[in-house]
Amino acid sequence: MRRSTLIGGSLVVVFFLAAWLIKGAGASGESPYYSAFLITLAAFLTLAVFSFLYADNPVYKFAEHLFVGVSAAYWMVLGFWQTLVPNLIPRISRALSEQLELEYIDELWNVLYVIPVVLGILLLLRLSRKLGWLSRYAVAFIVGTTAGLNFIAYTRSNFMAQISSTFLPLVGDWTSWAAFVDNLSLSATGPLALLMANIVVVLGVVCGLIYFFFSREHSGTFGMASRLGIWILMITFGASFGYTVMGRISLLVGRMTFLLRDWLGIIAS
Amino acid sequence: MKRQLPFFLVFVFGAFMAIQYFVPHKTSEAIYEFFIDILPIIGVFALALGIWSLTKVSVDKIRYRRENWQYAIFTLLGLFLMILFGFTDENWGFHWRMSPEVAGEGTDNPNFRLLFNYVMIPIQATMFALLAFFIASASYRAFRARNLLATLLLIAALILMLRFTPFFGDWIGLRLSETATWLMNVPNTAAQRAIVMGVGLGLVATALKVVLGIERDYMGRG
Repeated sequence: MRRSTLIGGSLVVVFFLAAWLIKGAGASGESPYYSAFLITLAAFLTLAVFSFLYADNPVYKFAEHLFVGVSAAYWMVLGFWQTLVPNLIPRISRALSEQLELEYIDELWNVLYVIPVVLGILLLLRLSRKLGWLSRYAVAFIVGTTAGLNFIAYTRSNFMAQISSTFLPLVGDWTSWAAFVDNLSLSATGPLALLMANIVVVLGVVCGLIYFFFSREHSGTFGMASRLGIWILMITFGASFGYTVMGRISLLVGRMTFLLRDWLGIIAS
Repeated sequence: MKRQLPFFLVFVFGAFMAIQYFVPHKTSEAIYEFFIDILPIIGVFALALGIWSLTKVSVDKIRYRRENWQYAIFTLLGLFLMILFGFTDENWGFHWRMSPEVAGEGTDNPNFRLLFNYVMIPIQATMFALLAFFIASASYRAFRARNLLATLLLIAALILMLRFTPFFGDWIGLRLSETATWLMNVPNTAAQRAIVMGVGLGLVATALKVVLGIERDYMGRG
């Protein structure tokens, strides 16, 4: 490790130790130093990640590596307690269910629940050089069932449901001109506004699909439709981008609020 | 046996899951429900495999003093502390029970929650917040009105961003909130629908390739 890294690291540690002690001294409650330590730790990790804006540095790398370990274990523990225990134990063992105080599900087909355990063990055999090929049976089950499921699910949700939702009325009931133009706003509750919205949706879908159709040259009427398609796509990309920017900004505001209010106490709660 | 049988099984399971949708029979539905039930259980074993792999990579990094090996110590420290808290109660005992009397075990262990709230959440939230800076520099390049298409992108993005800004939220006369809602509900729906249809076709084609054994890379070599 370089000398400058050691000096920098020591300064960071001293700074946050001082911050902890100052915050602990000023805090009230049952265990002020303990809660001050936790808040200072969270603040340190927050600033450690922000330090990446300057450059990739040891403090950032520390936070990054710690996060990898903690989050991997978090999902593992969650998977064990929330998936494995409630879905498997009440099916395979009455004694274990009683010990875990879970309701035993007494069904004829419970013996089949040994299959996921066997497949899971086969999956773990991937770690063995000799028997690693056995894990392919578990992978075959996972991939086969998921692919079969996706085949139907995506045909229904991404294809058929989208097409049927695009069959919108492009003409409306005519009673009078006044009723037709009534409540004409972008909120789209009046008949004309609704019709206009429907026309934009139908045209947008058709022209958007034409833009993605590359088996024919985009010229003439086809080219015009394709151009309209790309306009609608650009509006969508702009809207989505703006939405994402604001989402990230609100996260940034959240972290700043934590630093300035919860840690430093500069802004009022 | 080592390669052909697994591919045959992929075909059998894939074809069954696709065909059972058209067979509204009790047995077919029971097998379907069973498969859906056991998939997440096998997934937990896959998580364990991932944990083992992460441990091995980190230990090897430390043992052979590879570049940045010091940081792998913190990966292992975070990993084992979180697992330890996740399988013990607040008195460090493993009761192997989930009753309210032993509240504080596993995911309810206060130490597990502390690591989650004061280590995992701050890092995760800040990593996403960090993207605000990168996205800001990306928008500087994307939002230049060079031509009609870039201008459309700029205007749509500006309307959406100003709509969520407290100061401009409902600026006199512009009806930003109404316009932003219309943009999201009408042109956005149309374009998203066109994209989703294309993506759906791609996913269906990929699923078919996997079931029919045309796509085989996921099984590895050997």
